[in-house]
Amino acid sequence: MEYSLFIVVIPFLLFLFLGLLGTKLKSIVAGIIGTIGMGICAVLAYTVAYQYFFGIGKTNGEWVKQIPLNFEWLRFTENLHIDLGVLLDPISVMMLVVITTVSLMVHIYSLGYMKGETGFQRYYAFLSLFSFSMLGLVVATNIFQMYIFWELVGVSSYSLIGFYYTKPSAVAASKKAFIVTRFADLGFLIGILILSFYTKTFDFGLLTADHASLVTTSFAGGTFMGLSIATWALALIFMGGAGKSAMFPLHIWLPDAMEGPTPVSALIHAATMVVAGVYLVARLFPVYIFAAPDVLEMIAFVGAFTALFAAVIAITQTDIKRVLAFSTISQIAYMMVALGVSGYGDHEGLGYMASMFHLFTHAFFKALLFLGAGSVIHAVHSNEMSAMGGLHKYMKITSITFFIACLAIAGIPPFSGFFSKDEILAAAFHHQPVIFWTLWVVAGLTAFYMFRLYFSIFWNTPKSPKGDLVHSASLQGVGGEHHKPHESPAPMTIPLIILAVFSIFTGLIPFADFISSDNIPFHTHIDWTVAIMSIAVAVIGITIAFMLYFKDSKQPARIAQAMGGFYQAALHKFYMDEIWMWVTQTVIFRYICEPIKWFDRHIIDGSMNGLAWITQKSSAGIKGLQSGKVQFYAWVFIFGSIVIAALVLFL
Amino acid sequence: MIRMEYYLIISTLMFFIGIYGFISRKNMIAILISLELVLNAVEINFAVFNRYLFPGQLEGMFFTLFGIAITAAETAVALAIIINAYRAIGNIDIKNLSKMKE
Repeated sequence: MEYSLFIVVIPFLLFLFLGLLGTKLKSIVAGIIGTIGMGICAVLAYTVAYQYFFGIGKTNGEWVKQIPLNFEWLRFTENLHIDLGVLLDPISVMMLVVITTVSLMVHIYSLGYMKGETGFQRYYAFLSLFSFSMLGLVVATNIFQMYIFWELVGVSSYSLIGFYYTKPSAVAASKKAFIVTRFADLGFLIGILILSFYTKTFDFGLLTADHASLVTTSFAGGTFMGLSIATWALALIFMGGAGKSAMFPLHIWLPDAMEGPTPVSALIHAATMVVAGVYLVARLFPVYIFAAPDVLEMIAFVGAFTALFAAVIAITQTDIKRVLAFSTISQIAYMMVALGVSGYGDHEGLGYMASMFHLFTHAFFKALLFLGAGSVIHAVHSNEMSAMGGLHKYMKITSITFFIACLAIAGIPPFSGFFSKDEILAAAFHHQPVIFWTLWVVAGLTAFYMFRLYFSIFWNTPKSPKGDLVHSASLQGVGGEHHKPHESPAPMTIPLIILAVFSIFTGLIPFADFISSDNIPFHTHIDWTVAIMSIAVAVIGITIAFMLYFKDSKQPARIAQAMGGFYQAALHKFYMDEIWMWVTQTVIFRYICEPIKWFDRHIIDGSMNGLAWITQKSSAGIKGLQSGKVQFYAWVFIFGSIVIAALVLFL
Repeated sequence: MIRMEYYLIISTLMFFIGIYGFISRKNMIAILISLELVLNAVEINFAVFNRYLFPGQLEGMFFTLFGIAITAAETAVALAIIINAYRAIGNIDIKNLSKMKE
């Protein structure tokens, strides 16, 4: 299994190659090299998955962690050493498959989508860097390796969001994404340090082994501000996860991150990077459940709130990528909830399995939705819903694949989303009715806003574009030339079709046989009470969307009018950006940064300046001695010798 | 036999004449010559102490020879420096050497 290392190393070599020599190549050659490299990774990942799940993975009916490679990278003390290695267990193997598949699709798709862009090679280099860091993150054997790759993922996300660096909004969005996630990562780092300070290890295997007994014993009842230290550490680690996975209130960067190229949004901000937080919690799941169950409870509530919050905003947005962004936030929150409500072992651990299952299916259908949206944007040159409509007759493949993805996310059987969402709802149903009903409402909202999107793009008729000249140019043509939107080229449609196939069939995988909280396979069955309720709410959502948006009507505007303030609030994302702005400027800047700045300017700089001042003054005082007059030196020397000799002789 | 003190008086005189010359001369060659006087005074001392106090041994003599060799080398280096200084500032007046610090 040592070859699993190549899955991580190949993208890194590609990054170096394309980053250093890319500009020497023709852009299409660079793109194809990147794509082939990613293809090799995908093949290797599938081989690893096959070998693991149908070969060496299971011992005595239990999935065991395999560590084909691990070497010590930095050793500081006996206990504190940072290793780099490859860890294979059901969830990391599953993530390898997801990442390489979606990444490969995005690589192929970008050959068409990014054609003719300046910086094409740079784009592929950064895609490779991202794939490298994400793959390194999921195979991490210890929490510090994960942290290293976690930051690398943040950097590559930053550079891809800011790919169009001549556009001020893209630059602002990339900075926002980086700073917000970095702020959350501060919590993550502190959490890691606290955890490893007590347990004396970074290793996932040791941390989670034996019902996380190492963690529960080593903390030994230490408390801080009424909560145990273990709870604090794990809550802080979750803060890092919440930042990357865009949980409320750290979700503000994700909608803005849509400034990046659409395939990037599909890869990073829908399928892979944003689920890193879910993956982190899943990776440390035994620690959470045995050492700090209250944190899991908190995760469940944060997740449920985020799911509802994001779904409500998604309904009002008009930029199609933003709708998808809020939908992503909502769906990731779903996965978080599933982890939060999960127990440990067998059917108790249904939530854990459901979370990973939803992560798996969501990656494919959400990537499909984003790539479909990219295809639409490619055709009409606008992100605004009002500029679209009636595209079905021009873009059949995009329309049909998008429809499949919408059905999948809405949870209509037998598409993949139904199965995973049903498991999550079932897990919530048995745990906590409030959370279940919240998720149930969110399921309805999800169906509604997805079909609102679908009908507005592909059916309906384009509304009069308000000042949207780009679009009117593309529909009516400029200078008498009639220019109609047309289907995207083959490199873009093929990934759509492949992902559509995944979206249809991945739900049929018996996931519980492969992934479970205690690594012992169990069997699930569809809970029909929950399933019927979720199908019902999805159908209601779709029907309402059909009535309102299939044909052009005044109804949606009238409803928005009737909702009044609430609609306005949701349209402005509940003013979260403004609130954060206020918090940063008034609270953080004034009460934290200003005193620190004063301390820096006056105490730190002051002591350094004082030192320099003393040195300068004293040197000015004694520099006359260094006259350059050799005979004066000789005088001083002789006089000094005489004085020393006198001292030696007479004292 | 000449008494040891006579030698020491000579060498002391040589030493302080050297020091005086070193400090008061303007010409760098003259300073170099003064320096030679100082060194020779030291070497005389070596030889004398060896001869009178430890007649059975030769370390003092060795040191004298060693000192002569060092002096020769030092003179060569110093002359080279003086020649370069002459090229740079046009004369060999020690006062003008303080230009070097600019």
